[in-house]
Amino acid sequence: MTHETSHDTAHDTRHDSGYDVVVIGGGPAGVAGALSAAQAGASVVLIDAGARLGGQYFRHQAGGRPTGHGAERFARQCRALESRATLLLGHKVWAVEQDGDGSITVHCLEGRDERPVSVTARAVLVATGAHDRPLPFPGWDLPGVFTAGGAQALLKGNGVTAGRRVVVSGTGPFLLPVAAGLAAAGASVAGVFEANGLFGLARHPLLAAGKAGEAVGYGAALARRRVPYRTRHAVVAAHGTTSVTHVTVARLDPAWRILSTRTVECDAVAAGYGFVPQIELAVQLGCATGHSPDGSPVVAVDAAQRTTVAGVYAAGEPTGVGGAALSELEGRIAGLTIARDLAAPGGSLDHVPGVLRRRAERLRAFGEALQHAYPVQPGWQDWLADDTLICRCEEVPLAAVREAMTLGATDARSVKLLARPGMGWCQGRVCGYAVSCLSGEPTTQAPRRPIAQPIPLGCLERIDDEQPR
Amino acid sequence: MSFEITVDGRPVRVTPGQSVGAALHAAGITSWRTTRHGGRPRGLFCGIGVCFDCLVTVNGRESQRACLVEAMPGDEVTTS
Amino acid sequence: MSDVIVIGAGVVGAACAYYAAAAGMDVTVLDRGPVAGGTTGAGEGNVLVSDKEPGPELDLALLSNRLWRELAAHGGFEYEAKGGLVVAETEQIQRQLVALAGKQGVEHTVVPGGALHDYEPHLAQGLAGGVFYPQDAQVQPMLAAARLIRHGAESFGHGALRLRTGVTVTGFLREGGDGGRVTGVRTDHGDIIGGAVVNAAGTWGGEIAAMAGIELPILPRRGFILVTEPIAEPLIRHKVYTAAYVTNVASDSADLETSGVVEGTPSGTVLIGASRERVGFDRTISIPVLRRLAAQATALFPVLRDKRVIRSYCGFRPYCPDHLPVIGADPRVPGLLHACGHEGAGIGLAPATGHLLAQLLAGERTDLDLTPFSPGRFA
Repeated sequence: MTHETSHDTAHDTRHDSGYDVVVIGGGPAGVAGALSAAQAGASVVLIDAGARLGGQYFRHQAGGRPTGHGAERFARQCRALESRATLLLGHKVWAVEQDGDGSITVHCLEGRDERPVSVTARAVLVATGAHDRPLPFPGWDLPGVFTAGGAQALLKGNGVTAGRRVVVSGTGPFLLPVAAGLAAAGASVAGVFEANGLFGLARHPLLAAGKAGEAVGYGAALARRRVPYRTRHAVVAAHGTTSVTHVTVARLDPAWRILSTRTVECDAVAAGYGFVPQIELAVQLGCATGHSPDGSPVVAVDAAQRTTVAGVYAAGEPTGVGGAALSELEGRIAGLTIARDLAAPGGSLDHVPGVLRRRAERLRAFGEALQHAYPVQPGWQDWLADDTLICRCEEVPLAAVREAMTLGATDARSVKLLARPGMGWCQGRVCGYAVSCLSGEPTTQAPRRPIAQPIPLGCLERIDDEQPR
Repeated sequence: MSFEITVDGRPVRVTPGQSVGAALHAAGITSWRTTRHGGRPRGLFCGIGVCFDCLVTVNGRESQRACLVEAMPGDEVTTS
Repeated sequence: MSDVIVIGAGVVGAACAYYAAAAGMDVTVLDRGPVAGGTTGAGEGNVLVSDKEPGPELDLALLSNRLWRELAAHGGFEYEAKGGLVVAETEQIQRQLVALAGKQGVEHTVVPGGALHDYEPHLAQGLAGGVFYPQDAQVQPMLAAARLIRHGAESFGHGALRLRTGVTVTGFLREGGDGGRVTGVRTDHGDIIGGAVVNAAGTWGGEIAAMAGIELPILPRRGFILVTEPIAEPLIRHKVYTAAYVTNVASDSADLETSGVVEGTPSGTVLIGASRERVGFDRTISIPVLRRLAAQATALFPVLRDKRVIRSYCGFRPYCPDHLPVIGADPRVPGLLHACGHEGAGIGLAPATGHLLAQLLAGERTDLDLTPFSPGRFA
């Protein structure tokens, strides 16, 4: 039992430098990464802000179980992990740092009381997932307008539908499960409006082969409930006073310019235009970044999930949005790599079974093909009015963004400095992509957010008394 | 099974495990905050702790994301 | 062909360009990045007279204070003449503060400990006293820089002041070879000819000087700022800082020094500084520094304990060993002038710097003697 031997060794070192591995994120990538590292003998701690493992994809209600493709397998992994690793749920990570000797310290706020807690380890796996990428449109800040993922989280995590009559809009295959879930939960789905054309999906051999089954499944479920599905359409404005009462749905040309409009009554909107990988912790650790085909900044990794910083690994959406199956594979590969590097640092790839690598490559190509098939087209900028808020937090309208550019701002950061979009509570997580597009950046710059979660000054001043976990 | 919390003194029913924000939304309360400049109503938007639209005070602790805080029996939620 | 080429579109470069254009010159401002993208974009916007020892820098600050008020009258950027309150933890420090205020000869009010809460209701109990400086002000520096350039372009005839962003200076054009008069700059967008060149590159001013074959000892002195959540009711009325800030500003140490500096902004956030350390251009977050800043701020304002930090950023002050800016014509390179090295006071000192440099360019007598700021002091 070599596992047990190395496990014991790892336990001995915990007193000096904490754990072998700290995994940040309890979704498919984090859980798989933690489990494979633990099974390879490493001492592992996994941190997640949520009350339950699952991340966004396997989000589920208290006392419930994850559902969806691969849910059984994920549940088994969680059970296996419970006896092999320390789980710190309800811990929000607000900062991470690497010491001169390479050891990692993760600073967290624990629970509702937000007690400062720190975790140290020899290596870190960044498996922090992604969040929705919304696009602004007139009225998008009215209550009742959700991100697609927001409507999904409300339903999967809480059993609450976003509204009684919901319109789903945006681009990408994620719109289908959102609409199907709402319909199954009893909401009336007034329409699914996909801004791109379907032919992108059908024409791509990889996509036609790979995703057809799943898409047909959702499509059939929606058809049974007579939910209209329209391509080249999108919600381009939401209306109401205290909350949304109706939306303007437009027929779009291929560049997403408006051809014609009509009104649809609804009390909720779920809109999503892809996802933004959450990479600020890796950026803070100095990891090099690149860009995925949809223009999002992603953490650069090698085929074994190593970032450019020794001791720092990344898996799942932070390395490029590719879905839960790819995230799990990347997590497994990362766990194996971390265990391997802890024993013998180096750049080897031979510890990763070829079958895993080939599957990951195939899924990654599939994910990138999806991003190519569902691009964001520039015509959305024509949907905006001068007074449309771009930044919801600081209430910055389009006109102020445009004025900042006439004053000499040339990118999202300088627009932010002059007009404040991204300066508020969310630190540009919601408007960052839109501001980047509006300022003419070819791709969004990697976010610099050394404070990854708001922290009360009263907690920050006491971090020397942090409880080590 | 369900329990109660109060929101600005009004009782709201909660199914165990629900977030404060989900409980409010389920109770038909879709907005509970107004913006500093325009006085615009805000409620849930991203649902996963990213957008900070849904801030509330829970048991005196300010600026909590209603979508993240799991409601507990007897919680006193105040809004601004 | 411009009369003046200004390298750097930070607040100092913007002020130089503005006053030169106002004096009738044709000006081009170049920046490798956007407007206000360097140290200006990382500053708090201090316009201070309170923290200066009597001497040439205080004279510069007083002139600049008056000019900022004039510029702010044009509108377009936040300018708050809210005053600064320097507080003392002990009676001994209070006596030192009062003595300094007496020497400065600047408008001020000595505030006994018991009256501090009339100025700042949320200030901690038990402080010995303070000195209030009504002339201290705060400006939104990025917008101020951008608006100065815009206002200059609109006021003094279109074409008199041009801003070119994304243009990197790579060298100087010299008359008759390397030692000759500067006649313009080489850039990644081609050569630009000018009658004179102003180095307003801030912390990077030394690199520009090196392109002309000379040395300017300007080094980065890193500072972190914490930004709180936007707070609905204004908790802090003035710029409030501890006496240690004055000694830290004047210190030569490369090691970390921090002092409590707290102020509100019109957007509702509270800005918390200030740290100083010389560690090159390293942007890596230092959590011990952030912790100290938090502790010093809550020691001044316990009410901040419940408020959240939503952001932290760092910037690099252009530090000169004698803590004085470099303003004037370089005796070693005809045609090259400098306006850089203001350390943490660049926002406050920008208008005076621009005004004096414009007088120099126009061949007029300058309102202040520029000898203490002379680039020649490093020759």
